[in-house]
Amino acid sequence: MALADRKPDATEDRLAAMTLPEGGCIMPAREAALARLRDMGLPNRRDEYWKYTRPDTLVQADALPAALFDAGEAPMFSQFDRLKIVFVDGVFDPEASDDLMMEGVRIDRIADICCKDIHWAKDLYGVLETRGQTPVARPLAALNTAFAQDGVAIHITGKPSKPISLIYFHRSETSDAILHHVIRVEPGAEATILENGPAAARFNKCMEIDIADGGTLHHVRAQGRDHERRAVTHMFARLGTESVFKSFTLTVNGVLTRNEAVIELTGDDAVAHVAGACVGDGEFHHDDTVFITHDAVNCESRQVFKKVLRNGATGVFQGKILVKAGAQKTDGYQISQSLLLDDDSQFLAKPELEIYADDVACSHGSTSGAIDEDALFYLRSRGVPEGEATDLLTLAFLAEAVDEIEDKALAEDIVERLESWLARRR
Amino acid sequence: MLEIKNLHVKLEEEDKQILKGVDLSVEAGSVHAIMGPNGSGKSTLSYVLSGRDGYEVTDGSATLDGEDLLDLEPEERAAAGLFLAFQYPVEIPGVGNMTFLRTAVNAQRKARGQEEISAADFLKTVRERAKSLKINADMLKRPVNVGFSGGEKKRNEILQMAMLEPKMCILDETDSGLDVDAMKLVSEGVNALRDEGRGFLVITHYQRLLDHIKPDVVHIMANGRIIKSGGPELALEVEQNGYADILAEAV
Ligand SMILES: Nc1ncnc2c1ncn2[C@@H]1O[C@H](COP(=O)(O)OP(=O)(O)O)[C@@H](O)[C@H]1O
Ligand SMILES: [Mg+2]
Repeated sequence: MALADRKPDATEDRLAAMTLPEGGCIMPAREAALARLRDMGLPNRRDEYWKYTRPDTLVQADALPAALFDAGEAPMFSQFDRLKIVFVDGVFDPEASDDLMMEGVRIDRIADICCKDIHWAKDLYGVLETRGQTPVARPLAALNTAFAQDGVAIHITGKPSKPISLIYFHRSETSDAILHHVIRVEPGAEATILENGPAAARFNKCMEIDIADGGTLHHVRAQGRDHERRAVTHMFARLGTESVFKSFTLTVNGVLTRNEAVIELTGDDAVAHVAGACVGDGEFHHDDTVFITHDAVNCESRQVFKKVLRNGATGVFQGKILVKAGAQKTDGYQISQSLLLDDDSQFLAKPELEIYADDVACSHGSTSGAIDEDALFYLRSRGVPEGEATDLLTLAFLAEAVDEIEDKALAEDIVERLESWLARRR
Repeated sequence: MLEIKNLHVKLEEEDKQILKGVDLSVEAGSVHAIMGPNGSGKSTLSYVLSGRDGYEVTDGSATLDGEDLLDLEPEERAAAGLFLAFQYPVEIPGVGNMTFLRTAVNAQRKARGQEEISAADFLKTVRERAKSLKINADMLKRPVNVGFSGGEKKRNEILQMAMLEPKMCILDETDSGLDVDAMKLVSEGVNALRDEGRGFLVITHYQRLLDHIKPDVVHIMANGRIIKSGGPELALEVEQNGYADILAEAV
């Protein structure tokens, strides 16, 4: 039987063991997502959008186990004053979490919304995900919307004094977690969302972000370092007039990661930046798939993705800028680069531009290269040992992505972590 | 201090002999100059001494204070006290000049079993030495050599030398691309480092630099060999008559 014909079977195989959680006011959204999913079918390796990344282990009914990893250090962002929301293997942990109260924001568990008849999140849950299903299907996001076990609805109405920190612990070797968050930023409001941790052996996470006119959201994420963990994440963002969204992701380790970012600039003068720095060693496959739609005038988007790969690691980048008719004065920038530390590693990139407006400035570039031997020798000739010199050049390579983080203290923390992780592997 | 004996070097990738028996001995406290036409092998000599890839030593030896240089990694040579001011300093985007300097100073101290320099002491020393080379705070903050003019790059090389305080300094055409003022600054920087325990090997095309940095011995290199050595007057002779006579004489 052809692989395409098997799609419904594979989808039903996965769904067989799953039941829709109690939904309350979001039940219709879950049901619609399930119907959408049945319609699309889960991805297989024939799908053009999954050409570079095999979805099998993300799709199959049972998650492959993943050993726990003791990093032997304080988790990311520990030293920052923040409001902690903790999930253990995909389940909210009220004991470990802070009181979910802070001025300028209202936070509810999705599980609690499920017993309510009305809630603002009902107008967002599954809505941006649905919009993001065209022109390219993202079935694993529909799966998430239908079956998410937990998550939070974050309503940002002011300027909370500290970041909201989503922390994902991985404690069970066989955990299979599905989390769905919705975030609404009201006009003029501003907040920072942090995310860190491996979350589970297999993690499917979806985040829908609606930023109203003049709202600002910063997002900084560090995916967990458990070597065997697998993750597929979707971030759907819709930006209103003069709103700002800046997202950065750090990925070190993890056997499989697929991060999709689907961003729509729907109001004039909006700004969206997505960046990623990843460091992969050995059995490591990391895929950044980005789709940015310009549907308003004078908007700016930036995609900055840097991958350092060695010992057979694979990096993938699929990035698209779609400029719709009428989205004049669009400023779109996209760069994806890999630093290949040996011949065994590979970087597969598919940068795309699709432009239907005439007054736009869009640029994209993708490169793959080895370490600069002249620079390496220069550093060594000054007494810097080869390993340390390679690390310096590696950090320099990643710098353009890390620089996208606006909060310098957070950026510095990430650089310091990278430094120590790189040093440990020498 | 630096002893080079019968050094033969070919390119690793090609069957091309570049150094064909170089003999040279630089004593502590002295300044030796090497002059010679383009392509005679001067830069190759400096690269081979500092350990750059791509060359194969087919015969001969090079030692620094008795230690076999050719056996060491580039960073070990640096820690042993060898320094090369590059003819073409490399630009390193993303690595701040200050970070680079501090990393280099500390790496060498570590290799010698010394304590790391304190941040305060380091800053004070860098500022002081940068100032005398007219390197401003902005240049210290910028990525290594990125966007620097030719002259700024050369001054930056001398700053590195001043911070690392090597025993044996090789300067490869540090004067090229410098105007008169920059040449003076660079020469003063070099002269400030002249010391009984330190040797210099100054590679240059022009007598001009040697007016500022007075050599004890001048060597003429041609076609991979030192063909003539003498006192400072040899540099003047080259300046006036070019290499033709000396080359003819050597054949
Ligand atoms: N990596 C290389 N590949 C090819 N030729 C080289 C290489 N390095 C040096 N050479 C050749 O070796 C000779 C000496 O070069 P070089 O040492 O740069 O001379 P100088 O510094 O005296 O001008 C030249 O003929 C040059 O072309
Ligand atoms: Mg030269």
